[in-house]
Amino acid sequence: MLAIQMQGIVKRFGSLLANDHVHFELAEGEIHALLGENGAGKTTLMRILYGLYRPDEGEIRVKGQSVVIRSPKDAIQAGIGMVTQHFTLVPTLTVAENVVLGGAGALLDPRRMQADVRAASQRYGIPVKPDALVRQLSVGEQQRVEILKALARNARVLILDEPTAVLVPQEVEVLFEALNRLRKEGLSVIFISHKLYEVMAVCDRITVLRDGRLVGTVEKSATNQTDLARMMVGRESFGVARQGERAQGEVLLRIENLSARGKKGLTALDNISLEVQAGEILGIAGVSGNGQSELSQVLEGMLKPSSGKVSVGGKDVTAASPGALAEAGVGRIPEDRHASVVAELSVAENLVLDQLEAFTRGGSLDRAAIRKNAEKLIGEYQIKAGPDDHTRTLSGGNMQKVLLARSLSRSPRVVIAAEPTRGLDVGATDYVRARLLEQRSRGAAVLLISEDLDEILALADRIAVIYEGRIMGVLGARDATVEQLGLMMSGTPLERLAETMEAGHA
Amino acid sequence: MLRLRLERAPAPLWFRSLIPVIAVPVTFLLTTILILWAGADPLRAYYEFLIKPLASRVSLIEVLVKSTPLLLTGASVAFAFSAGYWNIGAEGQLYAGAIAGAWLGMVLKDVSPVIGIPLMIAGGFLAGVLWALGPALLKVRLNVDEVVTTLLLNSVIVFLVSYLLNGPWRDPVSMWPQSATIADGTVFFKLIPRSRLHLGFLVALVAIGVEWYVLKRTALGLRMRAVGLGKDAARFAGINVNRTMLTAALVSGGIAGLAGVGEVAGIHFHLIESISDGLGYSGIIIATLGGLHPFGVGLAALFIGLIDTGAQTVSQALNVPVYLGTVVQAALLLVTLSLFVLQNYRIRRA
Repeated sequence: MLAIQMQGIVKRFGSLLANDHVHFELAEGEIHALLGENGAGKTTLMRILYGLYRPDEGEIRVKGQSVVIRSPKDAIQAGIGMVTQHFTLVPTLTVAENVVLGGAGALLDPRRMQADVRAASQRYGIPVKPDALVRQLSVGEQQRVEILKALARNARVLILDEPTAVLVPQEVEVLFEALNRLRKEGLSVIFISHKLYEVMAVCDRITVLRDGRLVGTVEKSATNQTDLARMMVGRESFGVARQGERAQGEVLLRIENLSARGKKGLTALDNISLEVQAGEILGIAGVSGNGQSELSQVLEGMLKPSSGKVSVGGKDVTAASPGALAEAGVGRIPEDRHASVVAELSVAENLVLDQLEAFTRGGSLDRAAIRKNAEKLIGEYQIKAGPDDHTRTLSGGNMQKVLLARSLSRSPRVVIAAEPTRGLDVGATDYVRARLLEQRSRGAAVLLISEDLDEILALADRIAVIYEGRIMGVLGARDATVEQLGLMMSGTPLERLAETMEAGHA
Repeated sequence: MLRLRLERAPAPLWFRSLIPVIAVPVTFLLTTILILWAGADPLRAYYEFLIKPLASRVSLIEVLVKSTPLLLTGASVAFAFSAGYWNIGAEGQLYAGAIAGAWLGMVLKDVSPVIGIPLMIAGGFLAGVLWALGPALLKVRLNVDEVVTTLLLNSVIVFLVSYLLNGPWRDPVSMWPQSATIADGTVFFKLIPRSRLHLGFLVALVAIGVEWYVLKRTALGLRMRAVGLGKDAARFAGINVNRTMLTAALVSGGIAGLAGVGEVAGIHFHLIESISDGLGYSGIIIATLGGLHPFGVGLAALFIGLIDTGAQTVSQALNVPVYLGTVVQAALLLVTLSLFVLQNYRIRRA
C-alpha cells in the first residue's frame, strides 16, 4: 500500500524550475531517503507535501486518495508531519506541554499529559523527559520532542529535513534507533539527506533528485555509495583542460591546524591544514554546511578561530581583523554578497569603503577622487550601474562585480572566493570565473570555496574536499574522478577511497 | 468578490522624502477626534497650532527659542542613530550639560564672558560626553543593549538633579528647589535684544552645520553611516565598528549636553528640576521625523518648536489641556513610523 504518491510535481520560483515533473512514491512502513545536492529540489518537494508551498502542477495522493494540501494544517489532517531544521518549540514550556500544544482540548491535566508523553516516548523508543523545560534540552533532545509532537498529532508519515545536520554522532545513533522503531510500528519516514553513508545505514529505498528532476528510485540492496554518488553528482565524465600547466610556486596562503566553532557552538572546522601556492587555484569542494562558511569567514576576518594558524606570505594573520587582512594583501569575495555591501550606500561609496584613508584630503573625503575611482572600476569590471546608484538597486551579478572590483583592484596576493557565482546568471558566472583565472595567471594564490562541483572542476588546479569540518584529502584536478569526489564529499577519506570503491564494484 | 493581498514592493525613493510631509495632514485627521472630544473646533485648533505662532514677531521668536534645545537634542539623537547606536539618553545627557552649566556658573564668579561662555559650551559638551560614556563602553565591550542603559540613566540623573537642588546646591533665597543664579560672565548673550532668543540658537545652528559636514563629507561620517546601514558589511570592509559606534555615542552625548547648558545659560540662569521636561525624548521624534539627515532634523525641530508654541496658545485660546500638543507630537511620530513601514508594501488585487 502506498502512503504517499506525488505525480508530475512542478514548482517554479520566478525563472527557476525547482521541481520539474517529479514523481515520488512512499510505501507504508518504509524509510525512504530523498537524496541530492544542494538546490536539487528535495526540500521544495517536501515543503509542497507539507503544504508550505503550492505546486504549479501535479497531483498528490494520500493512501490512494487525491488530496489538495493548502497548508500544514491540511497536511497534519492527512497524517503528514514534518520536522525542519528550525524547531518550532516554545522554550519556556515543558516537553509534555510542547507535545500536547495545539492538539490539546480546553482543559489541561499536567499529570495526564506527562503520562501520555511518557507512554508515547516508550512505545516509539524516543527517549525524552516529559517534565523538562525545552530550553534546557540539547539540540538532539529538542529534535526528538519535535518528532513526538508530530506523532501526537497522529502523523503516519514523517518528513525529516536533514535531521542529522544539527546532531552529534551519538545523537544520530539515537535518532536512527527511533526511526527503526517507527518503521516497525508501520509508519513511513521521508529522510532528506545528502550524506551517503547515513542513507545506506538507515533507509530502505532511495530517491535521487538532481537539478529539480528525478534521477531515479532505487532499493538499498541494489545499490552502493559509489552508484549513489554518481547519481547525485550526475557527471559521467568531465575534463575542462587546465589552460597551461602551473609552475611550482611560492606558498602564499598557509593554514595550519585550524579549528573554529560555528554559530551553534559546535565544532565547524576541525584541524584543517592547507597550502595555496602563487599562481594556483585550490578548490574546496563539499556539500553545503560542512564548514565552508566558517572557513571563508575565518579567512575573511569575520570569525575568530579557536586554534591554529593562518599566514599570508609568511606573515602571521591569525585572527586578524578584516581591515588588517585587506592590508596584508588578502582579497576577499564573500559568500553572502548581499550582507557584504552596504545596500543603502551608493556604488561609489561601497567601492572605497575599505580604504577611506586613501580617499581623504585635509580631513574631508575627496569626492572627486571617489567618483573617478568609481567610474574607472565601473568601466573596468563592467558594472551596470552609475556611481551614485544605491547598491540596493543592483542585480546580484553587479553587486558581486562591486565586491570583485573593490578587492581585486588592490592586486591582492591571496584571493579568498566563497561561492563566487552562487545565484548568478550564466553571463555573470562566466565573468566572475574569468576574473578568478586572471588572478591565477597574475600569480595570486586563489582559494575557491564552492559547492558547485562543476565550478571547482573548471577552475581549480587542486581540489581539497571538506566534510564535517575536516579535509578528506587533496587531489590533483586532472586525476580526480567524480566517484572519488562524491565519496569524499560524503565522508570517505582519501586513504580509504580505494577500499570503498573496491567494495562498491564487488 | 474582490480579494486583496498584501505584497512587498518598496515605494520609489522620491516617495520616501515625502513621508514627513504626508504625515502632517494624516496626523491632523487622526487627532481631529481628540480635539473635538476636548470640546474645540479642529480647524481653529490647527490654525492656532500652525499659523498663529508664525503670525507675530514675538511668537515667531518664541518658536525659535523653543526650537533651540530641540535642534540640539534632535541633532544628538540623529548623530548616534546614523551609526546604528540607539541613544535614548539625550534627556539624561541634556541634564548632565545643565548640571555642568550650573556648576560652572557658580564657581566662575567674576569671569569675563570671553572666557566664561566658551568654558560653558565646552563644559556642557564634556558633561554630556561623560554621561554617555558608561552605556557606550558597555555596548562596545560587552554588547549590553544601549537602549536599556541610556534610558535607565535618564531617571538616575533626574534624581541626581533633585538631590542637588534639594540639598547642597539649593538656593536659600528661593522658594523653589533651584540652584543659585549663574555668574554674569557665564550667561549666553541675547541674539535679539529684549527677547529670549540667546546664543544657544546659534550654537544649535552651528552644531547642525558641523554635523552635516561630518556625516556627509568626512571619512568618519561615511564610516558611521556604513555601520548604521549595515554593521556586518561595514565590518567586512575593514571598518572598526566598535570604535565608530563609540565615537558616535560620545559626540551624540556632547551635543545633547549643549542643549542642557543652553537652557541654563540662556533661559533659566539656574538649574531647575524641570529644566528638560522631555526635550531629549522629543529629540528622538525629531531625528526620526527628519530622516536622520541634519537639515531634515533642523526642519523637524523647528516644526516641533512650532507645535510646542502653538500648544500653549491653543490651550489658552480654546481652553483645552496643554497636553494636547504632546498627543499631537506622539501621533505624528506614530504616523511617520507607520508610513516608513507601510511604504514597503502595496495592496494588489489577488
